[in-house]
Amino acid sequence: MTDTDHYESSVREKRAEKVAEFESHSKGVMSRVQHALHVTPALVPLIVLIASIVIFGLLLGSRFFSPFALTLILQQVQIVGIVAAAQSLVILTAGIDLSVGAIMVLSSVVMGQFTFRYGIPAPIAVLCGLTVGTACGFVNGWLVSVMRLPPFIVTLGSWQIFLATNYLYSANETIRAQEIEANAPILQLFGAKFEIGGAVFTVGVVFMIALIVVLGWVLRQTAWGRHVYAVGDDAEAAQLSGVNVKRTLISVYMLSGLICAFAGWALIGRIGSVSPTSGYDANIESITAVVIGGISLFGGRGSIMGSLFGALIVGVFSLGLRLLGADAQWTYFFIGVLIIAAVAVDQWIRKVSA
Amino acid sequence: MSIDQTREPILKGRNLVKRYGKVVALDHCDFDLYPGEILAVIGDNGAGKSTLIKALSGAVIPEDGEVTLEGRKVNFHSPNDARHAGIETVYQTLAMSPALSITDNMFMGREMRKPGLRGKWLRQLDRPAMEKFAREKLNDLGLMTIQNINQAVETLSGGQRQGVAVARAAAFGSKVIILDEPTAALGVKESRRVLELILDVRSRGIPIILISHNMPHVFELADRIHVHRLGRRLCVIDPKNHSMSDAVAYMTGAKVPETEFEAA
Repeated sequence: MTDTDHYESSVREKRAEKVAEFESHSKGVMSRVQHALHVTPALVPLIVLIASIVIFGLLLGSRFFSPFALTLILQQVQIVGIVAAAQSLVILTAGIDLSVGAIMVLSSVVMGQFTFRYGIPAPIAVLCGLTVGTACGFVNGWLVSVMRLPPFIVTLGSWQIFLATNYLYSANETIRAQEIEANAPILQLFGAKFEIGGAVFTVGVVFMIALIVVLGWVLRQTAWGRHVYAVGDDAEAAQLSGVNVKRTLISVYMLSGLICAFAGWALIGRIGSVSPTSGYDANIESITAVVIGGISLFGGRGSIMGSLFGALIVGVFSLGLRLLGADAQWTYFFIGVLIIAAVAVDQWIRKVSA
Repeated sequence: MSIDQTREPILKGRNLVKRYGKVVALDHCDFDLYPGEILAVIGDNGAGKSTLIKALSGAVIPEDGEVTLEGRKVNFHSPNDARHAGIETVYQTLAMSPALSITDNMFMGREMRKPGLRGKWLRQLDRPAMEKFAREKLNDLGLMTIQNINQAVETLSGGQRQGVAVARAAAFGSKVIILDEPTAALGVKESRRVLELILDVRSRGIPIILISHNMPHVFELADRIHVHRLGRRLCVIDPKNHSMSDAVAYMTGAKVPETEFEAA
């Protein structure tokens, strides 16, 4: 080598710093907030939730700030909350599932029709409904991971297919609540109510909260959960580091389908009857809850707890504004503002690095 | 360091062939990596370096020819096969999930589970053990002063990320470590630290394949230099007996070596 090749030697000899010093520099308040949100992304929706409860509580007093009204919100959001849990899983993998509502309704119709049309024992019909939901999820997952089609397109198509199947199969026929109550009360299991000091809970509400807690634990504490985040963050990098991306994606969509089927069961409990026309807007409502809950639509970021908070925020706004006597459109107005604000906050949190 | 050519190569490729349509990326290519050495692989863009490396790390399945690891023939069908055999690759893109923590990234795809029922039935991760292991491995390579092993990788600088990726490879790569352009995205000072890291890994006895376009780095680190041209090994040169301009001349075809093992 000639001397000219040593142009780096000055750097080599005079360098002072090490590359891997991970010291934290003194930070400003905003930067500290940004870091806190980066670590705990469910913090924003939690703060918004508490603030909105406090504001409506101050405006409405005990009409709103009572165990009854607050648990009424839980009952009203239980379906969206359960579906939002399914949606969160898919969105964490940088996908989106527009077919959640259709899977939910189709599963509930299968549970109802299998019981009443074929006379299958209700518990087995429920299992069939759960299986159908999981199978729908598998179809989505297979198309997304193996056929490598974009999730938006896949579920836009499967939404129509599942919904049409639901109408064709049920022949647009509703099974009445009294009939279910008399012959197959297990279908209404999620609607069973119990009261604790004025607060009214249903099995569906308990299921929603338990589901979120369990999923939160699984996402944080198991390898599968970490893989879900890694796939959403950068699928190629995950593949190169040894994650089975296809299997992870299929499992996520199947689990999402299963959870939607449970939502279908809960839907029967909530409305009493089995109706092929119910829950048609669950897909948009679930995406709203997930986005307000701080889960990034670009995947890999957010906590499932946030989607519960997101669903509750929507519930608090709609009940609070209704009790205030405001036009229902104001609910949509504020939800729209929250969605845009949530995405703006997400973009800001992403810039935390460097 | 003098490499004893009579020793058996730890990783050997013979007659490797890979075509992409009409393009021949590997044209009966040979490859030898000896124990304990740093072998640099240089070549012009499109010479087939990446394909060669992918064939050795399982990302590409060669159509013909054979790869042997420690004298045994191996057939890698995926990067995971190669990893299980003890060959770790640090990709140019680093293959890390930016939003996940250092520990999560180090263990991605080979997580440790808690002992007993919680690990077996609930499949719960053994976070304390994983964190301890990750901290030890980073300490081993002098990547000290990491305050929070659970901070997201995206909050690290480019050099720090590279350090974590190399530490991951060194922690699990028992036989061979492949580094693809480890300094390409780094500034001069950060590059310097990564080069030291590479030498540190070599001093542990793990042979390294270094793909780089940076001639000063190649000549500083490499024990031997594999010059790749037109899909095959043109020659292997000794950096002590050749200048960088020689290497570039071989690479571009301006100069033709006399024998394949000119330096040997």
